[in-house]
Amino acid sequence: MKTQPLRIADRVFTSRLFTGTGKFSSAALMEEALLASGSELVTVALKRVDVTNPEDDLLRHLSHPQFNLLPNTSGVRTAKEAVFAAQLAREALETNWLKLEIHPDPKYLLPDPIETLKAAEELVKLGFVVLPYVHADPVLCKRLEEVGVAAVMPLGAPIGSNKGLLTREFLEIIIDQSRVPVVVDAGLGAPSHAAAALEMGVDAVLVNTAIAVAGNPVAMAHAFRLAVEAGRLAYEARLAAPRAHAVASSPLTSFLD
Amino acid sequence: MSFRPIFEAHPWEEVKAGIYAKTAADVEQALRAPKRTLEDFKALISPAAAPYLEQMAQLSQAATRKRFGNTVQLYVPLYLSNECQNICTYCGFSLDNKIRRRTLSSVEILQEAAVLKGWGYDHVLLVTGEANQTVGVDYLEQALRTLRPHFAHLSMEVQPLDQDEYERLIPEGLNTVLVYQETYHQEDYKKHHPKGKKSNFHYRLETPDRLGRAGIHKLGLGVLIGLEDWRTDSFYTALHLGYLERTYWQTKYSLSFPRLRPAEGMLPPKVEMSDRELVQLICAYRLLNEEVELSISTRESPAFRDHVVKLGITSISAGSKTNPGGYAVAPESLEQFEISDERSPAEIAAMLRRQGYEPVWKDWDNALMSFPSQ
Repeated sequence: MKTQPLRIADRVFTSRLFTGTGKFSSAALMEEALLASGSELVTVALKRVDVTNPEDDLLRHLSHPQFNLLPNTSGVRTAKEAVFAAQLAREALETNWLKLEIHPDPKYLLPDPIETLKAAEELVKLGFVVLPYVHADPVLCKRLEEVGVAAVMPLGAPIGSNKGLLTREFLEIIIDQSRVPVVVDAGLGAPSHAAAALEMGVDAVLVNTAIAVAGNPVAMAHAFRLAVEAGRLAYEARLAAPRAHAVASSPLTSFLD
Repeated sequence: MSFRPIFEAHPWEEVKAGIYAKTAADVEQALRAPKRTLEDFKALISPAAAPYLEQMAQLSQAATRKRFGNTVQLYVPLYLSNECQNICTYCGFSLDNKIRRRTLSSVEILQEAAVLKGWGYDHVLLVTGEANQTVGVDYLEQALRTLRPHFAHLSMEVQPLDQDEYERLIPEGLNTVLVYQETYHQEDYKKHHPKGKKSNFHYRLETPDRLGRAGIHKLGLGVLIGLEDWRTDSFYTALHLGYLERTYWQTKYSLSFPRLRPAEGMLPPKVEMSDRELVQLICAYRLLNEEVELSISTRESPAFRDHVVKLGITSISAGSKTNPGGYAVAPESLEQFEISDERSPAEIAAMLRRQGYEPVWKDWDNALMSFPSQ
């Protein structure tokens, strides 16, 4: 049974599982796991690749037609640095798609909302398809939408923490308000977390650590693929419960019957 | 604001007594704690933790894997000069050592760099002694300019500098500075550094503060193990790290734990640290701090390095020479200290792969710091 495809900017995705490329024990294993995940959008840290080397090990293992590259700006601390890095990535990797991540705090890697908004505004003007990594902050997500980002990527939990949807209440508001796709990025530690995210109406998820660091990354990638498909199917099939409004009895209006 | 008042609030003998008073119950509590404190750290580096080494190693391995994945970064030192105005009792470059002094020219630096590039390196650590007349900020700036087009990541382990000097070097591509206190034992520090600018304990102690204020991307701390009681010295390292992380929150941190190696004209170590104890320290650092990078050099033996990379280490050097010109220009000159692991970078990379780790040669890009922040 097929789920609805996801459109972001000019591209249509069958898979709602986006993936990362870090932390794998080898580039070959990464390639195998990403193929098993069915992912069509794969994020790559500019700092990890040698863009001057056509034989770069990481890029070589990502050259499959189904993988669209999503360069990220991991390592920058300011909007200025992000814009510069983005331009370099666009030129070197031949894509105007960008995962904008500005986390000046190297310990918890939490995104800087002020610099992110500044950079997003400028990058959109420069013609980038911007997917910003942000806190699950509904107001910030609206502000980003207004400057023209293609999707928002709020975190479920601190990156790499595997803690799941700790920000659920705020994600629900973001989903409710958003006019661009919502991609939960960071913190998803198990396929069940990914399924839960899709069930609640998140458009896609981005997973890296939970796959790369699993005992068997290829099997785990496949498990995430199934979970994302199941979660989306469930969302489209309209979950029966729980409901937001009480329906059991009508003590205040039954006298009208 | 600096680390000094915090340091002074922790008298050496009191800290030392506190560590040695820790019990098995303290260790067990530390192992159970979801978020560990400096008191937990004291328990984990205490003699009472020795029977818990396997458990510590397992926790350390799991925490490291979660944060850093199945990867280990490779770096290599590039010694630029052995000129030095300091007397350090343990160092081959000490002023009172009658050795041939050499400072590499830009042309020689490039010859050395070509060898390192040929081995696959993209991260390089520039090392000098302390000779401000010839190897001062102008020289370092020139060296960074010479190397920047060739490497993705430049680190420096040189004499402590003033804040404005760091501010001058960072825009030239300086990403990381390593500055080891050697020992936090103030009186012993004086004995080991009797002459030269390095004898100023407090100037060195406040170097990380100057680097933090200058906006350095990464800062490496450590003590030289063998000068004083390693447990007490390591407590101060952890105390320093915690202060720096909270104060300069945009900076990344790394720790090293060099054990004294034989060097020309040096005294034997006062304190010997066993392999078991070094593993205990590495694991204790990881259990205290899941994000800090832990680095192991070629000072350690092949067998030890092969095992310890799985227990919490995140970066490793290979093929190192500790003499200026050692790679190409003057391979026969005297080394700062003898290395123990002489395997080539390719052999180390193969060893990592066999153990299920991807050797990472590049994890930075000069393009990311074209605009230094503030």
